Amino acid sequence: MKNERKRTFLLITLPILALFICFNTVPLIRGVIYSFTNFKGFGSYDWVGFRNYIDLFSDARVGKSYLFTFKLAIVTTIVVNIISLVLALALNSKIRAKSFFRGAYFLPNILGALVVGYIFNYFFTYILPALAAMAGVDSLSTSILSDPDTAWLGIMAVCAWQAVAMNTIIYISGLQTVPEDVYEAGDLDGATGFKKFRHLTFPLIVPFFSINMVLCVKNFLMVFDQIMALTKGGPAQSTESISYLIYNNGMSGGQFGFQSANAVIFFIVIVMVSVAQMKFTGKKEEQL
Amino acid sequence: MTKAKKAGGTNRLAMVLLILGLSTIVFPLYMTVVIAFKQPSEMTNSISGILSLPGSWSLDNFREAMRVTDFWHSLGNSLLITLLTVALSLVLHSLMGYALGRNKRESKFYSFVYLFIVSGMFVPFAILMMPLAKQTAEMGLANWMGVILLYVVFYMPMNVLLYSGYLVNIPLALEEAARVDGASTWRTYWKIIFPIMRPMHATVAVLTALSVWNDVMTPLVILAGSGKNTLPLAQLNFQSQFGTNYNLAFASYLLSLIPILIFYVICQKQILNGVVNGAVK
Repeated sequence: MKNERKRTFLLITLPILALFICFNTVPLIRGVIYSFTNFKGFGSYDWVGFRNYIDLFSDARVGKSYLFTFKLAIVTTIVVNIISLVLALALNSKIRAKSFFRGAYFLPNILGALVVGYIFNYFFTYILPALAAMAGVDSLSTSILSDPDTAWLGIMAVCAWQAVAMNTIIYISGLQTVPEDVYEAGDLDGATGFKKFRHLTFPLIVPFFSINMVLCVKNFLMVFDQIMALTKGGPAQSTESISYLIYNNGMSGGQFGFQSANAVIFFIVIVMVSVAQMKFTGKKEEQL
Repeated sequence: MTKAKKAGGTNRLAMVLLILGLSTIVFPLYMTVVIAFKQPSEMTNSISGILSLPGSWSLDNFREAMRVTDFWHSLGNSLLITLLTVALSLVLHSLMGYALGRNKRESKFYSFVYLFIVSGMFVPFAILMMPLAKQTAEMGLANWMGVILLYVVFYMPMNVLLYSGYLVNIPLALEEAARVDGASTWRTYWKIIFPIMRPMHATVAVLTALSVWNDVMTPLVILAGSGKNTLPLAQLNFQSQFGTNYNLAFASYLLSLIPILIFYVICQKQILNGVVNGAVK
């Protein structure tokens, strides 16, 4: 009887584990192996040792893509979390048509990022300059996507438009865990407005704040679809995210080996950022 | 006094904020709809020309967009891939979550396998995509079946985590009672455990379906050159064919958004619950 149970569990686990290894572990190892070669994606190749890794750190284009990706991830995370918190507080307060508003505000999240990107591409290229001209704002008279200094703002806006929906609903579920009597106690102590939020509400929803931070940073560091739809890395390579660069130069640019090394570094960066965030937020939760 | 007022009436400030905020969501959608229905001749250079309502609500743009992007085939591929991925995920990931969840405390082997699979969450697609493009081609899997297999593997870490987490709430006594009645572990799973995990099935189905439906990268890398498209991939591949006919392009965008919008209108509650459960767990 006991053996039957053990055998069944093993018969479930082994084939599924094999599938996972075949399409996750094996390609991961192969990626690491390719990173030590000068493979172009076709034909023969040679071992080059750590050459790719050394080149990676002196490659201006790769450095630029890391700077851009981190700038985008950090700024978007901050913007998204501020907007989501305000929206969640509003959506959780006494309002009419609550479920309609909640449903409407979540809508952007279910739409495909690529098509959303195309729609906003048109908005930034034609609508925004026309609106700016009407309002007499000269600095916006050309598309923000065509200026290397401002293109990232367009990408940030599109990323934020979709991510706010997700983070808001997570904050709402956090706010719903705050018991009513906490506010009543706060009212007795004379806590109002921002003070109430800062000292009463926020400490209680810190776990949800952590979830949102981790979700945001990880997703934005891997940004791809929005780049594809809005700028294709341009203008002047100013908006090449790491994923986009690996895809573009690795799959069709003949840099299979070199971009594999880039991907290995990217993987390590993602793991380090995730672990650091979990350690940091874990500590913060303990304190409270 | 102020408290009594708050308890009775609505929060005016919040209402104003929410209604203003809603325009940021409604405007892009409104823009998409009106441009999709217009003819290029109606798109004068002024902003009012672009944003005014179309002269007639003709479906010509949609007919043309369907023809250009081979809409029905792309829709079929997207549906096939999404439905099969969800079905396989519910079966395989719940089984794996069960096997690992029930054994990871007592057995070193199972706890290692659990950690091994869950840590797959940290692996970005960027590092897998080049080797996978090669590997699927070598294995003859550079087609929709390969894409489904890859999805089943990519979403396994998250879904196994969710299922084995949910399993903690299901008492072992249920299974033991069935065992005393002589039922095998396999039978017990399908008769008792699988149906009990229904709330988690809904969460997993929603999360997996939304991610698969909107994913661009996997089909882009695996299906490249196969002539097959999913809905998002069709938008990417036919983008250049629209040229400057934005009306045609927007008709195509709108078409590709309609299925998920219908799904959202019908299952809004399940989707919201699923997304929250998936993130908070």
